[in-house]
Amino acid sequence: VRLLPRPQPLRALDERIGFAGVARKALGKVFPDHWSFMLGEIALYSFMILIATGVYLTLFFEPSTALRPYTGDYDPLSGELLSGAYASTIELSFDVPGGLLMRQAHHWAAHIFIGAITLHLCRMFFTAMFRRPRELNWMVGLTLLILSIFNAYAGYSLPDDLLSGTGLRIFEAILRATPLVGAWLSFLMFGGEFPGDAIIERLYILHVLVVPGLLAAGIAVHLLILVVQKHSHFAGPGRRETNVVGSRVWPAYALRSLSLLSAVAAVCFLAGGLLQINPIWAWGGFEPATITSPSVADWYILWIEGALRLFPPIEFTVFGLLVPNQFWAGVFLPAMVFGVLYLWPWIDRRLTGDRGTHHITGRPREAPARVGIGAWAITFMAVLLAAGAQETWVQWTDWDIATVRTILRITVLALPVLVGVVSWWLARSLKHQGEERELLELQRTDLAPAAHHDQEEVAG
Amino acid sequence: VSAAAEEHNSEGRPSGAPPGAPQAFPWPVLVCFALTAAGAVGFAASYWVDAGTEALGATFGGALAFLALGLALWSRAIDAGEPEYVEQRSPLRTAPSEYDGFRAALAEQPVRRSGVLWSMLGLSAFSLGGAALFPLRSLYFEHDVSPDEALSRTDWLPGRRLVDDDGLPVKPVEVGPDSVITVHPEGVDPGKEVDTVTVLVRIDPVELDLPPERTGWDVDGVVAYSKLCTHAGCPVGLYVETRYQLLCPCHHSIFDTRRAADPIEGPASRPLPQLPLDVDEAGYLVARGDFSAPVGPGWWRYPE
Repeated sequence: VRLLPRPQPLRALDERIGFAGVARKALGKVFPDHWSFMLGEIALYSFMILIATGVYLTLFFEPSTALRPYTGDYDPLSGELLSGAYASTIELSFDVPGGLLMRQAHHWAAHIFIGAITLHLCRMFFTAMFRRPRELNWMVGLTLLILSIFNAYAGYSLPDDLLSGTGLRIFEAILRATPLVGAWLSFLMFGGEFPGDAIIERLYILHVLVVPGLLAAGIAVHLLILVVQKHSHFAGPGRRETNVVGSRVWPAYALRSLSLLSAVAAVCFLAGGLLQINPIWAWGGFEPATITSPSVADWYILWIEGALRLFPPIEFTVFGLLVPNQFWAGVFLPAMVFGVLYLWPWIDRRLTGDRGTHHITGRPREAPARVGIGAWAITFMAVLLAAGAQETWVQWTDWDIATVRTILRITVLALPVLVGVVSWWLARSLKHQGEERELLELQRTDLAPAAHHDQEEVAG
Repeated sequence: VSAAAEEHNSEGRPSGAPPGAPQAFPWPVLVCFALTAAGAVGFAASYWVDAGTEALGATFGGALAFLALGLALWSRAIDAGEPEYVEQRSPLRTAPSEYDGFRAALAEQPVRRSGVLWSMLGLSAFSLGGAALFPLRSLYFEHDVSPDEALSRTDWLPGRRLVDDDGLPVKPVEVGPDSVITVHPEGVDPGKEVDTVTVLVRIDPVELDLPPERTGWDVDGVVAYSKLCTHAGCPVGLYVETRYQLLCPCHHSIFDTRRAADPIEGPASRPLPQLPLDVDEAGYLVARGDFSAPVGPGWWRYPE
């Protein structure tokens, strides 16, 4: 009996495209082992889950504000005239088997996506991995964060429910507060005066095609630059500016990374099945003259909401033009936050005088000023988030809104400064205790007054 | 670790590392993968019998969780037998000679170098891009009314009746002392048009404190204000009748309805515009004209 030769698909492929050399190299690529390198990966994997669940949702969702009867199983709305967007989201939730799982998994994945990117950003900031040669990828990453916040907001607005409609109302107010061209921007976006009847269709095409396309392209660029520059790594024995130490892609790292993909998917689908999120049937459909109370937005834009609430009632005119109140919290603040972040590699150069190339991550203590500013910024954002849920504090404390607002206004100014100064001071103390000392090992005597350190620095 | 790390070459291959001792079969990994398959079957079964979202999520998510655990355990078993690997970084910048070659290739042109030619190409590309922006104007459907004009006025006309959410006209007596009524101009679809939305409040005429030029804008203490907050445009949907205050649930601005809806707390900086009221011969409330100011959030070209 003559046996046929055993088929060798890899060999056959290699004979045609000659990939084995490149693949051999790729399998041997070294990945550093540190948990914080997983944050970016979590973002990548939740993006994949967003695409998969999102494509499923588009097969059922109708991006339309035209009214049509709902005839499904959800009794309270049965027979009612609803907008196509709202009705089809209700159908996805009650009448499409598996639809609610996909919808909720999609929403949870969006939270994980933006959360992971934000933590990834913080890690890069405090370990100073925006420094040369990674300035470019720092900016690509920031762009991805802005795009993902916009896309999450657009997706959140699509079901045309009362809560997200209120969010769109505020979005319109912010858009129109753009200097000079604001009214035009708003009318071009909405097709006319708010609410118009075009916004759902427009957000839909942005949400499912334009922005995901930009995100995919941006992620490709981000990863390409990463591969070219290779990973940074944490300091340790044998780790140098001229090498990367860690695990090889195959087999250890690939399996671990696949495990992370499965874990992210597991969290999305477990949460999607077991934890209710955005029950739009409880809010009702959008009616422009109506509003739900309380109205609390998703966390990734809640800081803007908090700032809108805390900013004092100030409006003035410049050269006959009104500077609308919502400009400061809605336009100026986000522009400042992201503007400073984009410029941070160069601001940091000024602060530290460090223009060198780095592949070993910095330790926070090496630049106490950076630690202080970072801690200030994080606390500032955290208080704004808390202000975004002001009604919760009003309910808990039973104080009136004015009192709670005054406390929050004082807190948003004072607390970040306090936290920033303490962090700066601790980082300074650690810096002067040398590399070995850990934060929790600091003794009272190590926390010498700042003046003492200054002298030391001058002496050194 | 350091010594071990240094022993491996840049190919990522351990050089002369002793082969790991034969390891025990990783049974827990096998169990996890089996449980993944079981979870997948459970998911399919849950879908088949329509067991609900919780069952679908628990089976599918559970299957994925076991897959993650199995892969993690497998990877850990591999790690136990693996040293740390070292890959050398080559410098990112290109070698100077090669870079110069690149610049030379870029500069090489059979046609005479001309700054004017390049400038004109830039200008043409710029104008083409600029021209391509014009169709964006079509995104705003209206062609005769500028956004500034549209934002500055509403469809409230003298003599137009105020109707409630059900489209019924309103008499002054229907406005009670402890609640507000939301009204729209007769004939306007309140689902499409929002700048005309108005609240009616009844205020004891003794307490009512309007500016002198607004004398006669109320009907027996019934006053009408725009329902759109002058901060971010949310409907001021909450009424605190004991204090005659309208409150916006979005950013918690509070307006005093006795004193021309002046903002007394929160970020709102302008009063709610007031709608001058009258009654027609049938006794129903009508508008005497448009609001006292543009409604809703401010913008840069807000008319003074």
